[in-house]
Formats: sequence, C-alpha cells, structure tokens
Amino acid sequence: MSLLDIDGLDVSFGTVHAVRDVSLRLDRGECLALVGESGSGKSVTARALAGLAGRGASVTARRLTFDGTDLRTLKDRAWRDIRGRRIGLVLQDALVSLDPLRRVGAEIAEPLRTHRLLSRAELRPRVLELLSDVGVPEPARRADQYPHQLSGGLRQRALIASAVAASPGLLIADEPTTALDVTVQAQVLSLLAKLRGEGTALLLISHDLSVVADLADRVAVMYGGRIVEHGPTDRVLRSPRHPYTRTLLDAVPTAHAKGTRLSPSAPSGLPAEPAGCAYTPRCALADDGCRTALPVRDDHATLCHHPLPATTAAKALPTPTVIETTPPGRPLVVAEDLTKRYRAPDGTPYDAVRDVSLTLHRGETLGVVGESGSGKTTVARVLLGLTEPDTGTVRFDGVPWTGVPERARRPLRHRVQAVQQDPLGSFDPRFDVERVIGEAVALAGPRRGRARRARVAELLDQVGLSASVLDRRPRELSGGQRQRVAIARALAPAPDLIVCDEPVSALDVSVQAQILDLLADLRRDTGVTFLFISHDLGVVHHVSDRVLVMRNGRVIESGDVAAVFTNPNEEYTRQLLAAVPGGAQA
Amino acid sequence: MTTLTVAAPPRRRPRLRTAVRPAHVATAAVLTLIVLAAAFPGLFTSASPVDTDPVHALTAPGAAHWFGTDQLGRDIFARVLYGTRTSVWLGLGSTVLAVAAGSVLGLAAALGGRWTDQALMRLVDALLALPPILLGLLAVTILGPGTLNVMIAIAVAFSPGYARLVRAEALVVRTSGYVESATVLGLRRPLLVVRHIVPNALGPLLVLATVGFGSSLIAASGLSFLGLGPQPPSPEWGTMLSEGRNFLATAWWIGVFPGAAITFTALSVNVVGRRAQARFTRRTDG
Repeated sequence: MSLLDIDGLDVSFGTVHAVRDVSLRLDRGECLALVGESGSGKSVTARALAGLAGRGASVTARRLTFDGTDLRTLKDRAWRDIRGRRIGLVLQDALVSLDPLRRVGAEIAEPLRTHRLLSRAELRPRVLELLSDVGVPEPARRADQYPHQLSGGLRQRALIASAVAASPGLLIADEPTTALDVTVQAQVLSLLAKLRGEGTALLLISHDLSVVADLADRVAVMYGGRIVEHGPTDRVLRSPRHPYTRTLLDAVPTAHAKGTRLSPSAPSGLPAEPAGCAYTPRCALADDGCRTALPVRDDHATLCHHPLPATTAAKALPTPTVIETTPPGRPLVVAEDLTKRYRAPDGTPYDAVRDVSLTLHRGETLGVVGESGSGKTTVARVLLGLTEPDTGTVRFDGVPWTGVPERARRPLRHRVQAVQQDPLGSFDPRFDVERVIGEAVALAGPRRGRARRARVAELLDQVGLSASVLDRRPRELSGGQRQRVAIARALAPAPDLIVCDEPVSALDVSVQAQILDLLADLRRDTGVTFLFISHDLGVVHHVSDRVLVMRNGRVIESGDVAAVFTNPNEEYTRQLLAAVPGGAQA
Repeated sequence: MTTLTVAAPPRRRPRLRTAVRPAHVATAAVLTLIVLAAAFPGLFTSASPVDTDPVHALTAPGAAHWFGTDQLGRDIFARVLYGTRTSVWLGLGSTVLAVAAGSVLGLAAALGGRWTDQALMRLVDALLALPPILLGLLAVTILGPGTLNVMIAIAVAFSPGYARLVRAEALVVRTSGYVESATVLGLRRPLLVVRHIVPNALGPLLVLATVGFGSSLIAASGLSFLGLGPQPPSPEWGTMLSEGRNFLATAWWIGVFPGAAITFTALSVNVVGRRAQARFTRRTDG
C-alpha cells in the first residue's frame, strides 16, 4: 500500500472547480513532480493534501489516505497532529513563510515543540543538527539570527529544515526554488534529493519541467485542474504524449531551441465547452470532438483525444519556425569603466559595479547574466540614465549620456526605453492601459484624440493584445498581459534601445515563451537594440547575440553567446552552467 | 508579428460585499440630517434661534420645546439646528485649510531638495511637539476671536500632521516604479509632478482628512467653548456648550443637546472616513 493514495480528488471554491478528478500515488523514497502553469490547480492540490485548502473550499475524493489514515474525515485537531509531524510543507516564498519576529532556530524548533517530540534540552542540539543537515554554514550563529538577516537561499534551507524537523514521511514542496539563483537552486534541489534518498516521499510542485527533471521519478502534468499526463520522468520528457506537455517542454529556452519559436504558433482557438478538454483553445491538434467531450485516459495515463505518437516527438505539431535576426551595425552605446559605489546597511562601502565597459551595436541583443547582487541592475540603471556612475562614461549615439544635466538628456530619453521585471509597479495605479501607453505615445507622436488612440491600438496589436484591454487597469490583467503592456509602452516612442531587466522572471514558462517570442519578433520587425538582463542562463542564451557574465560588480567573461556557453573560460561561468537544471547547456 | 492574440479574461468587477449594517444606515441618516439642517434649518422648526422669551426660561424638554429652553428662554432645538451651519462650516473649513497647508508644506519638503526638506520638517517637528489645541489657542490669541480666525487657528494646529503624511507619501511615490518609468519616457519634471506624484501622494490624504474632520470639529467647538469662536448670541454648538456649563446641575439640556450634536456629527463622519479608508487601502493593494 502506498504512503499517499489519492483517487478522484475534487476541490472547488463555490462555482470555481480548481481541481478535478486527480488521482495519484506516492511511496516512501519516491519523488513525484506536479507540473503546470499558474491556475492549473497544482498548488490547490498540494494544499488540500496538507488540509489547508482554505475556507470555503469543498474537498471531496473517492479515496484520500496517507499512511493508512483517511484524510477526508479528519478534524482540525487531528490535522494539526499530522501537519508538521507526518506531512511537511515548504512554500515558495521563504521570507513570508518565516515569522519575521522570531529567530530562525525557534522557527525550526517549532514542530518539535508543538508535537512534544523532544525535551527542552534536546531542542537546541537538534536544531543545529538540522541546520547543518540542510547545508547552512555556521548553524550556531544562523540559529540566533532573524529571517531578514539570511539570504534567500539560506532562508529557503531554513524553511526546509523546519519542514523536515519532525522527520515527516511526506514532504510537499511548492515551487521551492522559483525565487533563487541557479547555484542556490542546485543546492536546494540536491538537498531535496538527499532527503528522498533517506526515505522521505517528495511531492514537488513547479511550473518548470526542467527544474524537476533531475529530481522526480514521475511527473504528473496538470492543466485546467486535471492531470493530463502522468508517467516516468524520462518517458514524459523524452516523448511527451499530451500536446500541452510538448508545449511546456518547447517553452524552455535551451541551446538547441535558439533562434526558434518557444510557444506554439497555431493554436486552434476553438472555444472549449465545460464538458470538453480545457486545453482545446490552445491546442494545435484540437477538433470539434475535443471541444465537446472529455477524452478517455489511455494506457499512458494521457488525457487526450489525439495523443502524440510514443516514439517520435513533436512530429504532428508544426515544426518550430526559425526566427531571422538582423546583423549588428555600428555602435549605439559605448560605456567605459563604469564604477558605482554604495554603502551597505552597516556603513561599509562596496562596489555595486566596478570597471564595467561595454559596447552595444545597433540591432544586436546583448545579454547580461549573473546572480543577485552581481551588479546587473545597476548597469541597467546607468544605461537608462537613472543612476549616475561615480566614475566612467556612457555615450549614446555619440552624445555624452552620463555626467550631463537631466536637461541635456531629456531630448534623447525617448530613444532609450525600459521593460522591468515588475510591470505593475511601473504603471501609475490610477491609469488605465490607454493612458499608460498614451502617455508614451504623446511624447513622440500624436498628443491626444483619435490619432493617439489609434496609435495605442496599433501598439497593442503589435504586442498581441486585443483592444478590449484599453480601459482596464493594469492590475486587472494577468502577468503576461501586463508585460505586453509594458513592452507596448516601451515601443511607443520608437526607441533605438530597450533595456530589459529580468522581464520574464516573474512569469510561468509558457508565458515566458510567448514574451520571448514577442521580443524576437519585435527585434526582427523594428531592428531595435536590446540589453537583456536575466539570472536565467537559458533565457539569456536564447535571446542574445553576445553575452556578459557578471559577478560581484565586475564583468568576468564576455563574448559571442554560443562561444561563452559552450566553451566558458572562467570557472564561475562553468559553475553557473553546471547548476542549470535539466542540462540547458547541452 | 505574433499570430497569437491574447484575449483578456472576463473583467473582474470588485466584489461588492456591502452587507447593510445598522451602523451605516444610522450614519447615513445622521449625515443627511446634518446636511439638511445646515442648508435649511427653517425646515425643521418655526422657532427662532435668537428670540428670547424670559417667561419660559429654563423650561425642561417637552412638547412645546423639544430640547427645552435656555436661561433667556431661547429654544434649544432651534439653536442646535441653526448652529449646524456654523459648526459644520468651522469643521469643514478648518480641515480644508489644514489639508491645503499641509499638502503644500509636505510636497515642498519632499520635492524641494535637502535643505528645504530639513528646514520645513524641523518646523513641523516643533509644531508637532505642542498639543494641537494649545497651538490653536496660541493662533487665535494672536489673531483674535471670530469664526474665520478659529478656522485658521485649527488649520495651523492640524496642518503639521498632514504635512508629515504628505511628505512620506510623496517620498514613496517619488521613488516608485511608475515615476521612474515616466522619467525614462522623458517627461518634463513639472508634468511628472502634476500628473503622477501629486495625485498619488494626495490620494490617501483625502481619506484621512475625512477622519480628521471630526477632530477639527471638536477642536473648533473647544475654542468656541472657551469663548474664542463665534460670539453670542449667534448659535454655535461649542459656544452653546460653554453657556450650558453654568446650568449643568439645574438645566442639563442646555449643554447636553449641543454636546450630543457635536458627538454624533464627529462620529458619523468618522465612520464614513474609516470606511473610505478601508476601501481605499483595498483598492491600492489589489
């Protein structure tokens, strides 16, 4: 009998059916990955398993047992005995999951104390042991610190330490590495692998197939609240049977996908009926049958009317289109010996950027890659004219861009535009989409009235949004739509350069794929130059012609993207590449 | 071009979960009464607020005089009604003045550079160190008694608080992503300030001002109580309260009814203000 046995799990919130007919089994020492995009029901499933589906949720199942206990009839008090002790939960954002007013050690000891597993005297040694088990250096010092004093990676590890403190049989990890740098992500994943090796059952939740590829024994792909494909990781990754799984795999920007589209280019657009397959509108293979009736699960546990053939991948789907790029021209931006010094909170000065020189040629895309704190964003801000460097100069199209008063920069400003990681924060909260883009249009085009509105609509069309969003506030839009609005605004004054600072980091892989395709299209159509900053090597590789690798404020390696990624000179670049899950460097 | 066009999801209307609570109905009723009384006091009573009637002096509340009469035989109900306009006007006017002065100070401090900021904020610190009512007393002592002077005095007393708030909001807005985006677009600074910084910094203030109206009204009544506001015989709640003080033991109604008017007005406006505040916070967080 399996440790976790779910049959026919349904979770609904009022009229919203978030999870439908989910069946899973999980044994000790096994790792199952639940993969899908936002809204696919994967997190709701996980929370339901921990008895945290939330107020107003109705959870039903034909069978829902954990280690012989029927979870369906459990009362609150009984849940408390199970949670933390027999089922551990690790959530995505470690900063909000840890109490900011309690020391890390106390937080980790919490499950041990709550379930009275150890005496007071035994707590401290066990906490230190747990911290060192999860790879936190100097456990004695860290245990006495507060969450805000720990880096993102350490916080995530502290959270895992707390989740495994009572040695639970099942550990549920919801996007445990999403906010982390690649090298830290690799550490966290290997920590989870170690726990699995020690007999813990792992339920790993992610929107990114490549993250779970190395760790999971089996993968269950969710879409629209249902598991659409379920099988051994190798089989699912090598020959996916469901078109959605194929889309997810194609969406990951890898070396061999460079120069090709990441998102499917021919969705059927057929409307799905409640009784039919929810993926119909986005599926290239869908027909009327998909629209009206749910397929029967085949022997590969694939929920599809038209499963892809088992041997050859992706043949039925349109082959990826190769995107042409323009050859780079003469220099547009020349930055020399940029240095910017800041003071840390404790007063010690540090160089956010040190002796950075770079040249951007017209029409090229320069990628900047590095982990958090490497100085990428400071470089972006200097090029955007938002931060004045301490030393060094930037010339834009031959004209001095730094060291000049704002008055001198303003006439050129519309030629350098930005797309930020968090588009919502970059829109005036009182403005609707029309005003957001209209403001940018007015600077270099029709100032008001019908002509301005027409130009806004044209820009929306260019970024693949319908005119129906015109009177929406950005916060009413999805993450991908917001980023499209931000891109439309950046395009409005017909700039020469667009600086993108982590433009896809907050997005699901499938949405990320659409945005990356959009940027590639724009590049081809408008010849605009891009500076593209990301911590994701796969993304940078996909979009860039040349790349700079930054570490601790310095450029440690630069060159043609293929050369740097296949044959790095620096040890650090090699480490970064090795840390990419799923072998994106292959 | 992308062939993919992303359709917008069905528009999510903010769910209006306005369960009608008795407190809100009462608040709405009181506010309606106040507005009507301030606009058309004659609608509710035929009695005059200033005509004396020594024969019926100090009559207890009854059918003839709902709220009783004072030592000169004036009808308290009429005086409370006719006093609404002056009292509400005092509260409203002083709040508007305080918010205006506070906004100018706060915005100047936040946007005017380091020295302006330092100078203005130290001034504000000094003013905040004194209790508002004392500050108001000081101002009205200098200016002399009278309705307009009380208004100015209250504004002086409350504007430092508003200045603080506006400065803090403006500093947050000034470094926000959207102001940065507007800078990148190349917006000229005056336009940037007028279009993005000022509206976003003042939004939360307007809500707070509704709550502040209650305090202003009470403070204004307080100054009137001390004899520094509108002069007798013109009806004003604070002044009436002051007159009633001498008769509290024998004729409680002279002081209690104007006092109740002040309390209910301040309370109702506060309820509305808090509600607006809650709604505003939810809107910006969403």
